[in-house]
Amino acid sequence: MKTFAELNFPGRLIAVEGLDGSGKSTQIHLLKRWLELQGLKVYFSEWNSSELVKAATSKAKKRELLTPTTFSLIHATDFADRYERHLVPLLRAGYLVLCDRYIFTAFARDVVRGCPPEWVRGIYNFAALPDLTFFFKADLHVSLQRILDGRPLLKYFEAGMDLRLSTDPYESFRIFQGRILEQYLAMSTEFNFLGIDANELVEKQQAVIRELLGQRLNLADFRRAERPLPARRAERPAPAMALISDREEQVE
Amino acid sequence: MKHVLQNHIVVPGPSRRRFYGHGIPNVDLDLLAGKLIVVEGADGSGRSTQIALLVDWLEGCGHATVQVGLKRSTLVSEELENAQKGNILSRTTLSLFYATDFADQLENMILPALKAGFVVLADRYIYTLMARDMVRGMDELWLNNLYGIALEPDAVFYLNVPPEELVQRSFAKNSALDYWESGMDLGLSRDMFDSFMKYQIMMQKTFRHLQATYGFTIVDGLRSADALNADLRKKIGAVLARK
Repeated sequence: MKTFAELNFPGRLIAVEGLDGSGKSTQIHLLKRWLELQGLKVYFSEWNSSELVKAATSKAKKRELLTPTTFSLIHATDFADRYERHLVPLLRAGYLVLCDRYIFTAFARDVVRGCPPEWVRGIYNFAALPDLTFFFKADLHVSLQRILDGRPLLKYFEAGMDLRLSTDPYESFRIFQGRILEQYLAMSTEFNFLGIDANELVEKQQAVIRELLGQRLNLADFRRAERPLPARRAERPAPAMALISDREEQVE
Repeated sequence: MKHVLQNHIVVPGPSRRRFYGHGIPNVDLDLLAGKLIVVEGADGSGRSTQIALLVDWLEGCGHATVQVGLKRSTLVSEELENAQKGNILSRTTLSLFYATDFADQLENMILPALKAGFVVLADRYIYTLMARDMVRGMDELWLNNLYGIALEPDAVFYLNVPPEELVQRSFAKNSALDYWESGMDLGLSRDMFDSFMKYQIMMQKTFRHLQATYGFTIVDGLRSADALNADLRKKIGAVLARK
């Protein structure tokens, strides 16, 4: 498997991985804002968010219809849809693509659920590797606490209840997350994860991430070309929100 | 059609079961006492007619039956149908969507029915899914891994009908050609008739290629429904009587 840089794509893909509650979504949001405010071409994509597949996935999860195999396949379908329709075309167009979770989430979760590792990896082998993968490493009890503080009701699959690890959702969640963490750690060297200490303060983590990114990428390569906006934009009065974001885009 | 009802009910022997690849986690193959019979073939090759006749015959012989087919899962069939109508899914996505549908039926219909000792009649199986993907350029090794979850059937019959006849049957039934069965998404020709012929020839070639790997039985689908069914009954009878 090769990275997008190795495949000569002009764009670069940056992924964040880690347990639920490790703070990775917060960090990738701040990274996105920083890049956008510099006037760079940025696209953000989240795990399990394809419009086409979402209806099926949420129905299946609500009715607890999924087995390890169908859980794996339905998430692979979601990923393929985003990969083929959004990620690849945008990377071809020279975008910085930020992914909240990438194939490693499937590698970790599906294997913990009992799918053979070679089978799972084989399915995702159509995807190129990220150019940078930040792995948010928090002590297990810290990420558990963050999730349990904020959202006391754990969902069935989120808690790994399908694995019958425990009849208590909280206990099940603890064991499940512990196993996923083991899988992540086992992949860390193989896939060149850049470890981020997620026990640190938000600002400290973000400073580390921005520095690493600046070292490894020439951000000026991803600048949005300055060309006049299409004339037809004036025809429709833009809503107030759009005006604000237009202004933000011009900030250097 | 008249069946000779048997007074003596044949009790099928055990199958030598295996998955094609990694299989489904935590399945005890020795517990799958039933039989899995697959009927493959293009639209208009007579699959559903043959399966209906086989159900009558099998039930008459004292075997419990269950029917499965593509795009019939509770999990994703509806969403798959909608997505296909709009023709908006790219090829890997569509392929994985169909695989999800297949896996759901395998785990929730086929395996439990086999465990309960049913004869499962599958109106198409992984071979159609693989062939469709292969003519669209998907990698065969990738597909082999993906469909390594599938159970090897006890028998697979491919109803072979040449494209010239398929086109006639399609017009006789619907007065139209189906968009997907004509492979219109492939851009082979803007003329639907041309596209249908080209696509069906590609599919048949791919099936012959798959036959070399999966060893299914190719049967002549040009015979009358009764003659064809008599042939299938004979072959399935041998599978059921196998010790």
